[in-house]
Amino acid sequence: MSAAPRETSWSGQKGAFLALLGPPLGWFLLFFAAPLAVVWAYSFGTNVGAAEIAISGTFANYARALEPLYLGILAKSVGIAALATLICLLLGFPVALAISFAAPQARIWLLIGIMLPFWTNLLIRTYALIAVLRDEGLVNTALASLADALGLPFAPLRMINTNVAVIVGLVYVHLPFMVLPIYAALDRMDRTLIEASLDLGAGHLRTMFAIVIPLAAPGIAAGLLLTLVPALGSYLAPDLLGGPNSQMIANVIERQFKRANDWPFGAALSFMLVYLTFLILALRPLLARKGAGA
Amino acid sequence: MAMHANGIECGTRSGRRGTRIGRRSFLSAMGLSAIGLSLAGCGRRSDAERLNFYTWDTYIGETTLADFRAATGIEVRASYFATNDELFAKLKAGNPGYDVIVPSNEFVTRMVEANMLLPLDLAAIPNLANILPEFAEPPYDPPPRHSVPYTWLVLGIGYRKSRVVEPPDSWKWLFDSELYRGRIALTSESADLIRLGAKYLGHSLNAVSPEIARQVEQMLARQKPAIKRFHDDDGQDMLLAGDVDLVLETNGDIAQVMREDPDIDFVVPREGSLLNADTLCIPKGAPRPELAHRFINFLLDAEAGRHIAETILYPTPNGAAKALMPPEFAANPVIFPTGVGMERSEWGTWQGPEQQRMFEEAVTRIRAA
Repeated sequence: MSAAPRETSWSGQKGAFLALLGPPLGWFLLFFAAPLAVVWAYSFGTNVGAAEIAISGTFANYARALEPLYLGILAKSVGIAALATLICLLLGFPVALAISFAAPQARIWLLIGIMLPFWTNLLIRTYALIAVLRDEGLVNTALASLADALGLPFAPLRMINTNVAVIVGLVYVHLPFMVLPIYAALDRMDRTLIEASLDLGAGHLRTMFAIVIPLAAPGIAAGLLLTLVPALGSYLAPDLLGGPNSQMIANVIERQFKRANDWPFGAALSFMLVYLTFLILALRPLLARKGAGA
Repeated sequence: MAMHANGIECGTRSGRRGTRIGRRSFLSAMGLSAIGLSLAGCGRRSDAERLNFYTWDTYIGETTLADFRAATGIEVRASYFATNDELFAKLKAGNPGYDVIVPSNEFVTRMVEANMLLPLDLAAIPNLANILPEFAEPPYDPPPRHSVPYTWLVLGIGYRKSRVVEPPDSWKWLFDSELYRGRIALTSESADLIRLGAKYLGHSLNAVSPEIARQVEQMLARQKPAIKRFHDDDGQDMLLAGDVDLVLETNGDIAQVMREDPDIDFVVPREGSLLNADTLCIPKGAPRPELAHRFINFLLDAEAGRHIAETILYPTPNGAAKALMPPEFAANPVIFPTGVGMERSEWGTWQGPEQQRMFEEAVTRIRAA
């Protein structure tokens, strides 16, 4: 009995605590915090010649990043990411619900089905989508042979290199980030509450909106966040699937670091994105509270 | 050895169907794997004579590196970059051990300005005499010389013959016309795009003022609904796949896909275009500069140059190599274009970071419009 408090007290085991914390903390500092700090410092820098950057403490890069041109691109990126997130929610919620109500044996397989594409390289998945969506791709070929069989005229649908393709790509890539947290929330839900609701005369629809969705709200909030943040910074989908109109902020950032050779401005734009992400994170408790209150 | 074999394999592959990977296209998508490759290339050390060659993918003769090894006993380890920016960014932080690099002409100027290249000892490169006179004293690299030309290229319009009314021999069809709406791909290289727009409007490539850039920007913003994509130097693949019918590309990239599809052709527009050269240079901090000079000299050899050009299908500035080629190859109008467009073409010159920034912003605005 008297041994129990000693076992759980970390204050008495500082050495063990530090030994356990040390590696991940060191990893975090060395590979995340330090490089990010360097980029942050660059964002207050000035180009000196072609290969050097002086950290002059200037705010000129941020002033330029706040020009309407770049704010517009940022706003458009938020819009595209938000739309993709919304579609992920509309698709992901029923999927998560179906999985959580499936037989335990089937559940494993359905979850693997959600995860499987996720284990494939992002680049490969994006190229696969190109093969599906291109003018002479799978969808158009299938539609063409269908139209042929029915004797109808057919013009290939223009899907690749449009904003629609970018949204499709973002939804495809980020769907697991939405499904999994919602599934986790639904899985923990007390099923008897649903039965009670139905017994007391509420219809299925009302049960869904009055019981299931509020209980799943923390999962939905997590899913929204996990989808929105990476979608906001996505680079490959607009680059490979998009058209001349599909420029997102990450594409502009990439060009500053490469073609434009303007690292300070690229760093400032990157940190605009980071600040925006912080803002979204700060909004999260608000979102969760609203969800809980509903 | 692994890297060595890899280089050879890539050279062979470019000839086969299905792997028509232009030197600029493949690695740009596979940026990460490129870093992995080049790290692997630098990781191993040995006492044997070795040389680190940092170049474009599929940009050397099938057996060139093996031939060099047979002739000198020096093993060349090749690693690859996809864009000049990648090369520049990598060397910006200090040379990680490369002996020979292959920057394009305007980057030679930039790298000399940034003090990143060693001046060449021309006495150690006797094969420089093989270079054609028009490439012997290039404007981008005034003496003391820091580069020797390896290949040259010209931008033009690659097109699908069965899908155009007539050969699109003017930039108009890309920049200023509704005729091929939705079937056009332009380059995402901002400096090339804005300068070629200026060329179409009748200005010199190297005299693009902010006003002219503004005019080009307005023209391209107007043209945007007709443009399907700003490609990342994979325009030849889009053309081959049938995604577009007209594409702004280099002659060498189009020549590579013409081997697979006879319905594709290439034209240098009559207003003139932009000439580029890829060059061999020795970066500052190269571990083995003497061996690097020997390797450069070997690449400028007539027989080696012929073999390289016949593999990669990029025009060579090597007159002696050209003389060894079968006449049908040397007369190939895509690899060695001629005509009024060529006569009006110019070398681009690097005019500083402010201008680069102006071009970049113009393209960002066009894409955001």
